[in-house]
Amino acid sequence: MDKLRFFKYHSSSVWPPPATGADMRASLFITCYNDTLFPETGRAVVRLLERLGVDLEFHPKQTCCGQMHANTGFRGEAFSQARRFVQLYQDVETVVIPSSSCVAMIREQYPTLFQELGDEQLRQDFAALLPRIYELSEFLIDRMGVEDVGAYFPHRVVYHASCHGLRVLHLGDRPYWLLAKVRGLELVPARNADRCCGFGGTFSVKNAEVSSAMLAAKLQDIVSTRAEYCTALDNSCLMHLGGAMHRQYVGMKTIHLAQILAATEESPAEVTL
Amino acid sequence: MSKIASNRSVLDPRKASPFPIAALPALRNPQLRKNVAHAIDVIQSKRARLVVEKADWQELRSAASAIRSQALENLGKYLEEFEARCTAAGGKVHWAADASEARKIILDLLREEKATEVVKIKTMTSAEIQLNPALETAGVSVFETDLAELILQLGDEDPSHIVVPALHVNRSQVREIFARKMGLKNLSDDPKELTNAARNYLRRKFLTVPTAISGANFLIAETGSVAIVESEGNGRMCLTLPRTLITLAGIEKVLPRFQDLEVMLQVLARSATGERMNPYTSLWTGVTPGDGPQRFHVVLLDNGRSSMLARPVMRQTLKCIRCAACMNTCPVYRQTGGHAYGSVYPGPIGAIFTPQLMQMKHAQSLPFASSLCGACYEVCPVKINIPEVLLELRSQAVNQERKQVLRVFDPLYLGLRVANLLFAKAERFHAAQRLGRIGLWFFTRKDGWIHALPSVGAKWTQTRDLRGLPRQSFRDWWAAREKEAK
Repeated sequence: MDKLRFFKYHSSSVWPPPATGADMRASLFITCYNDTLFPETGRAVVRLLERLGVDLEFHPKQTCCGQMHANTGFRGEAFSQARRFVQLYQDVETVVIPSSSCVAMIREQYPTLFQELGDEQLRQDFAALLPRIYELSEFLIDRMGVEDVGAYFPHRVVYHASCHGLRVLHLGDRPYWLLAKVRGLELVPARNADRCCGFGGTFSVKNAEVSSAMLAAKLQDIVSTRAEYCTALDNSCLMHLGGAMHRQYVGMKTIHLAQILAATEESPAEVTL
Repeated sequence: MSKIASNRSVLDPRKASPFPIAALPALRNPQLRKNVAHAIDVIQSKRARLVVEKADWQELRSAASAIRSQALENLGKYLEEFEARCTAAGGKVHWAADASEARKIILDLLREEKATEVVKIKTMTSAEIQLNPALETAGVSVFETDLAELILQLGDEDPSHIVVPALHVNRSQVREIFARKMGLKNLSDDPKELTNAARNYLRRKFLTVPTAISGANFLIAETGSVAIVESEGNGRMCLTLPRTLITLAGIEKVLPRFQDLEVMLQVLARSATGERMNPYTSLWTGVTPGDGPQRFHVVLLDNGRSSMLARPVMRQTLKCIRCAACMNTCPVYRQTGGHAYGSVYPGPIGAIFTPQLMQMKHAQSLPFASSLCGACYEVCPVKINIPEVLLELRSQAVNQERKQVLRVFDPLYLGLRVANLLFAKAERFHAAQRLGRIGLWFFTRKDGWIHALPSVGAKWTQTRDLRGLPRQSFRDWWAAREKEAK
């Protein structure tokens, strides 16, 4: 067993990981801002997972995980959204979410919310659902056991490790393993890769100036890589970085990792504007 | 070089501006930005090297966290144990419920001593209780003896970091301050010469001033000892040469056992200055006849701390050992430095400690001064989950806001309340997506991007563009696809 696979298996939550996506069912939670602002990411997740043989469903009653409210101090509101999420998904086989901060919200904050404000039944329902909730790269690597998803993306790319994916989900090298197997892709490292881009949800408007200073520093590190695309597992960071890239004509675009992984020779990536 | 603008008294959380406003001058100050980034990069990289060489670093963190938790869970017991042991060894322990009581105790002690001058070392807590102004008013001259604190005192500046408090001051400014205040006209900005100037100035004080005030890094319950760690040796002189020593310490500083120092000193030096061990560790127990201060007082300060003990989520704040690793790694502190936090405790730990010390009556903007990136939690040697406490305090701040009538004029508050109603039903959310597309049409340029928004949106568009809403949301696309498949 080579070193990479050794680490992969030992950081995986399912042992042994199944070999293919055949006979696998998953319910998508696209999350509010991806649904509204970045539908191409959701479409890419569908293309990618269906290509790998996963049977997908989308629950039209879904809205938001409650992160925005929870992180701004609106606990009661966050709780009602959290309860909605659990009630909506408690019977599904697997939930896949292409947004690392939303998964972090669910994994890190729901238990506290339910303990403080919820009833025991809800807490138990959630505890049963929790192991079946996957961030996209976790689903691909830990649940499906694939690194090579057959993608083709002939561009120079820099990966931005979003804070919640890095420090709450501990995604580690998963995104790099996936990117390493994309044909044609040249992955370049950025300096200070573990430093926040300054988005932080409502932080970006409540402390707009400090957030902008953090963004300026991050942009310097990313733009100096001379990559064409900046990718991440979280469109919220990409919205922040992409907004500044567009404002400053830096000539770099942002693209969610799902869109790179969905791209093939026959049907190239849907790139935003 | 111009004189540094006086920043005195900005560090009183009762008077400080909210964080977003207080941060503005710092963001536009190139010298401050450069100094902060340089200083924390140096400390951080040294720390990182030393942490890697400790194979059991995570276990050390867990041990340190457990020791601090144990101390706080049985705080009353350990404080009484400390009092008994310290008293038995010839010290005298005083209890101060709040800042004014602590000031009064110290002033009374100084009056008893007929002291007109005091030397001070390593006490942030004295800044927390605004001790220096009170002493000056009472006619007592105060001499800070930590080199950085001396620079700040002579330059009429406030500390901006808890381990390297003068990191925002340049060498040339130090030269200017020393030349002016010590009357040294021909002083150069050579570090050696500056250090010598400080040494000459301070040695005279050490030899002549008979009364000292210190802080404490740790109080040890088992033995009644006090520990101070430092780099310069000025502390050692302050702690040994005067006749009388008064130590001011927050009640949370207690450790159960002497052997706990084995863990705490390892994590503290590595986290604070990136050293395997700090140059000077002073430990003393009461008084020793014929050796060192012959009168020793400890003032134990509560000042809001005991109100943090009730709930474990808040209690963890008090585990802090003041290493500053959280601010060294914080991307917010990196941009603003310390003064923006309006408290002697800046950075992520200050953002959770200060509002609690103020019982949430002041400094409510501080819990929001974080992007919740979690870097602070990752480096904290006693595993304080700072993001968790920030969220708890944000919730308390919003609950206060809910009681205010004028809150409805805050667009962000209103927006979040409305969003909650929309998220409650998918039909409402879907309708809002369509309405939003119409509403934003006016602001969306031909290239599909929004360059300027009004109200709270302007806070976003002042430095970033925003992509306009796409014609079709994901749920619309999915619905259309389902329909087609049928």
